[in-house]
Amino acid sequence: MTAGGSTTTETGSVPVSATRTYEERAFGFWIYLMSDAIIFALLFATYVVMLGNTAGGPTGRELFSLERAGAETALLLLSSTTFGFASVALAASDRPRVLQWLAVTAALGLGFLFLELDEFSGMIAQEAGPDRSGFLSAFFALVGTHGLHVSVGILWILVMMTQVLVKGLTRPVASRLVRLGLFWHFLDIIWVAIFSIVYLPGVI
Amino acid sequence: MDIFGRLTIEAFPFYSAIAATGAAVTVLGALSVIAVITYLRAWRVVLLDWVSSLDHKKIGIMYVMLALVMLMRGFIDAAMMRSQQAIASGNDGYLPADHFDQIFTSHGTIMIFFMAMPFLSGLINHIMPQQIGSRDVAFPFMNAISLWLTAAGAGLVLISLVIGKFSTAGWTGYPPYSGAEYNPGVGVDYWLWAVLIAGAGSTMSGINFLVTILKCRAPGMQLFRMPLFTWTVFVTSILMIFAFPALTVAGGLLALDRTFGMHFFTNAMGGNMMNYINLFWLWGHPEVYILILPAFGVFSEVVATFSQKRLFGYISLVLATMAIGILSFSVWLHHFFTMGSSADVNSFFGIMTTIIAVPTGVKVFDWLLTMYRGRIIFKPPMLYTIGFLVTFVIGGLSGVLLALPPVDYVMHNTTFLVAHFHNMIIPGVLFGYLAGYMFWFPKAFGFKLNEKWGTWSFWCWIIGFYLAFMPLYVLGLMGMPRRMEHYDIAAWQPHLVVAAAGAFIIFLGIICLGVQLAVSIRDRRQALDLSGDPWNGRSLEWATSSPPAPYNFATLPHVQDIDAFWDMKQRGVAHQRPGRYVDIILPKNTFIAAFIGGAGFVFGFAMVWHIWWLAIVSLVAIALAIIVRAFDDDTDTIMPATEVKELEDARFAQLAKAPRNEMADDPGFAGGSVPEGST
Repeated sequence: MTAGGSTTTETGSVPVSATRTYEERAFGFWIYLMSDAIIFALLFATYVVMLGNTAGGPTGRELFSLERAGAETALLLLSSTTFGFASVALAASDRPRVLQWLAVTAALGLGFLFLELDEFSGMIAQEAGPDRSGFLSAFFALVGTHGLHVSVGILWILVMMTQVLVKGLTRPVASRLVRLGLFWHFLDIIWVAIFSIVYLPGVI
Repeated sequence: MDIFGRLTIEAFPFYSAIAATGAAVTVLGALSVIAVITYLRAWRVVLLDWVSSLDHKKIGIMYVMLALVMLMRGFIDAAMMRSQQAIASGNDGYLPADHFDQIFTSHGTIMIFFMAMPFLSGLINHIMPQQIGSRDVAFPFMNAISLWLTAAGAGLVLISLVIGKFSTAGWTGYPPYSGAEYNPGVGVDYWLWAVLIAGAGSTMSGINFLVTILKCRAPGMQLFRMPLFTWTVFVTSILMIFAFPALTVAGGLLALDRTFGMHFFTNAMGGNMMNYINLFWLWGHPEVYILILPAFGVFSEVVATFSQKRLFGYISLVLATMAIGILSFSVWLHHFFTMGSSADVNSFFGIMTTIIAVPTGVKVFDWLLTMYRGRIIFKPPMLYTIGFLVTFVIGGLSGVLLALPPVDYVMHNTTFLVAHFHNMIIPGVLFGYLAGYMFWFPKAFGFKLNEKWGTWSFWCWIIGFYLAFMPLYVLGLMGMPRRMEHYDIAAWQPHLVVAAAGAFIIFLGIICLGVQLAVSIRDRRQALDLSGDPWNGRSLEWATSSPPAPYNFATLPHVQDIDAFWDMKQRGVAHQRPGRYVDIILPKNTFIAAFIGGAGFVFGFAMVWHIWWLAIVSLVAIALAIIVRAFDDDTDTIMPATEVKELEDARFAQLAKAPRNEMADDPGFAGGSVPEGST
């Protein structure tokens, strides 16, 4: 073989090279999540710094309900489990079950979003909106950014359900589902941190 | 007028002759570009071959074009400031304060975000994949999105000259002055959205470059065989990925304050403006290294090539780059020692700041020792490198001085600081990029840049630099604050006149760059690079043709050493024909990335002017574009082996015609490897 001759990755036909790109995409997505984690880390830091800056307005103790936060946590953690079932079905190439579990996951996500938006609108109605104090600005920015991510995640689930319906469990679709799974579980981890840093100390 | 938000006819700058001139120049510039493309009947080429291209090399070239255009714009701002300060002793000069403030803000914003960032992204895009023996970056489509989002941000800065005003809050946009209470207009919003949109593009670039380096290297290209430029890109990418979120958060929260009346950084209601300054510099200091590390990489390549010697201390240069990358996250507080942190905190950051000078010093010694006993050939890229070494050390020393908190208390906010960071960024960053531009231009276009005009540009830049900035050190010691629109102390004026003269000489340097490009295009047939290796180069980008084929390498190279291509030339295996060619997968062109950039621009414009419906429409358009792309599984095209063979046959025919390498004619030529066709 001459120097600069053909390599093992190239002697095969097209799909060999395509496999490499799926690996790259999964790896790139992990790195994106790390970058996103920094955004959340800084929002957490901002929240903690501004915890006492209530400007005479309501504090977390007056606003947060552990029952609601508990219900939100239950919905989101359950949705992570159901996404896990979708991944299991994907591994078994069971298209109907993938669709079912994705639908359940999206429904649980929507339930979470409903509770969160209800909490937000309730707070705004009692003059505790994001423009009331630095503390509330930080609260809405942190929890709202997570909620925004969940909304994007739900949209993504719906897009992927359409793809599974239209295209079936092809290689590209399956690889996208893997990345969607990473995203969804990542949001769960962020929520656990929100529950532990925002809601739990807030009511104690 | 609700459907236009707060946009009214008063947004057009008819209130001031100078502002109206700026607007007219911007509009005429855009119209003349359109006219030239129409005159050349080049719309098909521009749209089908460039705007829709996902080829990393074309994306790189477009980045550098954007950077050069914005360099002009940023320089015009600088020239206006220098001339204003040169005459405004005891009088108001010709610029009103409000206008002067916009100019220093746009100068800094443009030079950092829309000159330096696109310039480095362009060089990286074009060269890094070739250096590691790859056919493309890992994510070609995302690469194009990064480009067009950067262009969208630059577009917002440019259009602020025509519709509305730009920020007056400085390129750092400190609250509370940049908050809605003290700055209710659109200026700060233009700055914010330009920076946020371009910043999103930079984060994606960082991810793209890092995955490319870690996953797309040619066989045998171990990490510790990578060229230094690629190593610096590796560390810069990590910094982009971890630092840009801080800018996104700082800018995003300020936007929430301004747009929705929140209280992150306001004066009252529980705001904490110092949190902004922390968040901003948590990005801002690593950003300095994001800019300068790739330039260090360029210097490393240039110094080894033109000293005709292997880079001295390769491992130590890699480790120093890594050390700088890590330390860059531990010094941000030195930008605001005067904020009033405790002496312990200030001491910590002062010590860290002096420590970060150590790996930088290691690099300087490595470059010097590479030149030591080398046979140096003084081509323009090498001149810029030597100019950098001398000048940068001076800037570094003034930086170590400023790193001492007690000194910083005295010098803070004076022109001494302005002199210091220009002393780092002009030789450290800009000279590096210009050296890279002249070094790699033949690779990108297939002909060399004129060396005489390149040499002239160097001498104008370096003399102009010293004249423009050394007086600012003196003025800083005399107590002159930065950003003064006029002043009453007559003793300052002579220094400012000298500084203005320096700016004029830099202007001549920019003219030389323009003439160099024009002359080189005119005389390109005399300076063709047929060999693909005009400088007797060392790394793999010189193994491809100039300009490279769409796939860069017909067969992936096998790397056995640092200086992979030099090694191949020595072993006599460079440019060997493979036994057979294979089909090659390439990304198909698409307009979706440019569409997303365009929608990003409209979104930014709508947010600036509070045109809410338009903001929503453009966001939905972006989401739909991404979904449409996600449904398209047919994004690749296959170049058949026969077509590859045709291109490669032409390439080898060209190689056979290549004249003796010009480097071998230089009296300083050290012998050794010269490329094929150079008998």
